[in-house]
Amino acid sequence: MNSTLFLNGLRFVLLVLTQVLIFNTLNFLGFINPLVYIIFFYWYPIKGNRALFMITAFLLGFMIDFFSDTLALHSMASLTVAYARPVIMRFCFGVNYEFQNFSFKNTTKIQRLTFLGLLILLHQLVFFTFEVLSLSHFLLILKKVFATGVVTLVICALFSSLFSPQTE
Amino acid sequence: MQRIINFILSYRNAFLYGLLMVISLALTIRSHSYHQSKFFNSSKWISGNIYGTAANISSYFSLREENQRLVTENEALRRLLFNYGKVSLEKKQDSSNLALTYEVISADVVKNSFSSPRNYLTINKGSNDGIEQDMGVITTSGILGIVENTSTHFSTVQSVLNTKSNINAKIKNTDYFGSLTWNVGDYNVVQLVDIPRLVPLVVGDTIVTGAMSSIFPENIPIGIIKRYDLDNSKSFYNIDVELFNDMANIKNVYLITNKYKEEIRELQAQTEDE
Repeated sequence: MNSTLFLNGLRFVLLVLTQVLIFNTLNFLGFINPLVYIIFFYWYPIKGNRALFMITAFLLGFMIDFFSDTLALHSMASLTVAYARPVIMRFCFGVNYEFQNFSFKNTTKIQRLTFLGLLILLHQLVFFTFEVLSLSHFLLILKKVFATGVVTLVICALFSSLFSPQTE
Repeated sequence: MQRIINFILSYRNAFLYGLLMVISLALTIRSHSYHQSKFFNSSKWISGNIYGTAANISSYFSLREENQRLVTENEALRRLLFNYGKVSLEKKQDSSNLALTYEVISADVVKNSFSSPRNYLTINKGSNDGIEQDMGVITTSGILGIVENTSTHFSTVQSVLNTKSNINAKIKNTDYFGSLTWNVGDYNVVQLVDIPRLVPLVVGDTIVTGAMSSIFPENIPIGIIKRYDLDNSKSFYNIDVELFNDMANIKNVYLITNKYKEEIRELQAQTEDE
């Protein structure tokens, strides 16, 4: 339990720094800044206190907001992803994810990728909707969600295969 | 009572979600309508220092380019200096007045953003260096923004690429003025609105800051007209202005303050009260 706590704490700090110092300054094609910290929600242990998970997600988003002067946009998106994660998991892995012996190792690659993709899609939708906050820019929102989402998915997939967690 | 407590306990996650969502919504709406948050912004000690360290490292990669820019500027300033005798004979009153009214402080950008609808920059000078809210920020090529918040060693600057930004601007060598805004489109193009229809416009005309604001001195370059058309009421122009600044590549900036800003404000407030 202690090592899980330590591991997630370390991830938290490193992901905030990576996001803020590297990926927020990327500006690929002028507007694409992949939000790689979403991988935190993919890596977070499946079993555990849900309330604690939501508070952690909120804090993670808040730290990133604090650095990038977008107060509470990242927090809002992260919080929503954390709240909706069990639903997305049931959708991707079926009911058997609730059993004790369930682990990521028993799932197929496609299932994991769908899970990651849905987490990213939900996050981007909430984030860009509230960032732009006007329906007259609907196309702009879609463009941003799609472009940033695809780049984020590619980078997160790379991250997840590079640093795959051993403990879960 | 027992039932209410049971109900809340069984839906505690939904309640927690609602509570945190309301908090973040409130913060978002506040930052849309008022100034940027006073307490949580990137000019604070920890974020400022982390950005400062990162900028220290990455600035080495653009040293050559930045030197070139500064040399060009020095050249222009030297030209001014050598011709100063001539200029001052012609309009002595004007230039000596200018030298006294505005003060200039230089700073480095440690964090820049241009891809969100509300962009802020962070610079490495703060209230200890004499930076105050509402000072104007320019680069060697043109206008950049206005200081929004300061801490002791860092400040955040509201960029012209911000939907809340609204700067007085005019067409060079005329006195037709309008407001400079941004429509979240291209990061090198801003919009000039409220220029009356009767003004003759040509694509390529230069846009500079106007004399109406107490923040920027008059005639600081902004950009050139890229495209223009009439707005819905057919009585004002909507002008797309291509910025002189490359907003994606900014390092050295200058902060300008008007010594008589307080005096001007007090006078204006007094006049409006009467």
